[in-house]
Amino acid sequence: MNDGGFTRGPGPVDGPGPVKVLLEAVDLHKAFGPTPALDGAGLSVRAGEVVAVMGPSGSGKSTLLHCMAGILTPDKGTVRYRDVELSAMGDGQRSELRRTEFGFVFQFGQLVPELSCLENVALPLRLGSVKRKEAESRAREWLERLEVSDVADKRPGETSGGQGQRVAVARALVTGPRVVFADEPTGALDSLNGERVMQLLVTAAKETNAAVVLVTHEPRVAAYSDREVVVRDGRSREMEPVT
Amino acid sequence: MSIGHTLLGLLEKGPRHGYDLKRAYDERFGQDRPLHYGQVYTTLSRLLRNGLVEEAGVEAGDGPERKRYAITGAGVTDVEHWLGTPEKPEPYLQNTLYAKVVLALLSGRSADDVLDVQRAAHLAAMRELTKRKASGDLADQLICDHALFHLEADLRWLELTAARLGQLKTAVTR
Repeated sequence: MNDGGFTRGPGPVDGPGPVKVLLEAVDLHKAFGPTPALDGAGLSVRAGEVVAVMGPSGSGKSTLLHCMAGILTPDKGTVRYRDVELSAMGDGQRSELRRTEFGFVFQFGQLVPELSCLENVALPLRLGSVKRKEAESRAREWLERLEVSDVADKRPGETSGGQGQRVAVARALVTGPRVVFADEPTGALDSLNGERVMQLLVTAAKETNAAVVLVTHEPRVAAYSDREVVVRDGRSREMEPVT
Repeated sequence: MSIGHTLLGLLEKGPRHGYDLKRAYDERFGQDRPLHYGQVYTTLSRLLRNGLVEEAGVEAGDGPERKRYAITGAGVTDVEHWLGTPEKPEPYLQNTLYAKVVLALLSGRSADDVLDVQRAAHLAAMRELTKRKASGDLADQLICDHALFHLEADLRWLELTAARLGQLKTAVTR
């Protein structure tokens, strides 16, 4: 997969000269009924960086993530992945994009309870028509990388919270996504398990040069990021990294 | 906490004499530790020497005459710089941070900005510790964890304050 050659388009972005931006949201507005959830939020994500999206409950963090991932359509504003605007894509194209270029990790409830952990991890590959043997072999490699080979044949309900979340990370990464969206990925875990999941997620993302958009309200989780963006009342502020 | 900057911040609303300044400080920030008169006058004479305040007349009264002090342009710049500079992330900063937030609100500056630059400085310190932890032995990890939990407590306070800025503004400008 080619992740080079993408130069920043027009928009309120920082720094001089061309910078490789993979995913960019500009001036997003989104309302649910009369309540605005996003009111001009934006975010630029470069290849291989981990960006923490922080802010109080109800500030619009998750809505921003969902718009950037093409799960929600903003009322106004643009989301561009490489040189393509998400709003210009059909539903089928957007689904394809989510399946091939994006990975997702949520707080819980993302694994299919009827499938084994191995089958869960292989699922995104199988949906992309990879043959079962090949898909399961790659899934097994990822389970190993996430240190949960021993639960391969178990169902998600038979694993601990920490193990289940590592399986979910393996599933998010198995397709080699360019952007991983993680919404409170450690929210249901204790400190030790949460930290291990973050270490493994960030290490794997760095090794594959995938970007991570990490929504979290936990400072210790945000400390795994390279920089943070603060969302407040539907608007975002990108903070420059402090050195 | 920087008493000099705090007094300067309080002077931005208008000239005051030393006793008045002490009262304003104690009322807002001196819950546990009210200022001594000596501290107020030593601080004021230092600010005067450095050109951050100037004398603005003498108030006549029954007792001794009382000098009034006004903030200078250099003083305003100094407060501005102080409010915009994050504190070195270390445990138990809440007094200073609270004073900065209140003074920003009182002077019509952005308290969000004060909190945002501080959050950035805290997270930068936490990133360093997180990296050190990843490459350290168990002892390193435990020491880093201790610092991380303290910084996290500050950050949680900061987020709570950010969520309550509207309320706080009403309370302090009443």
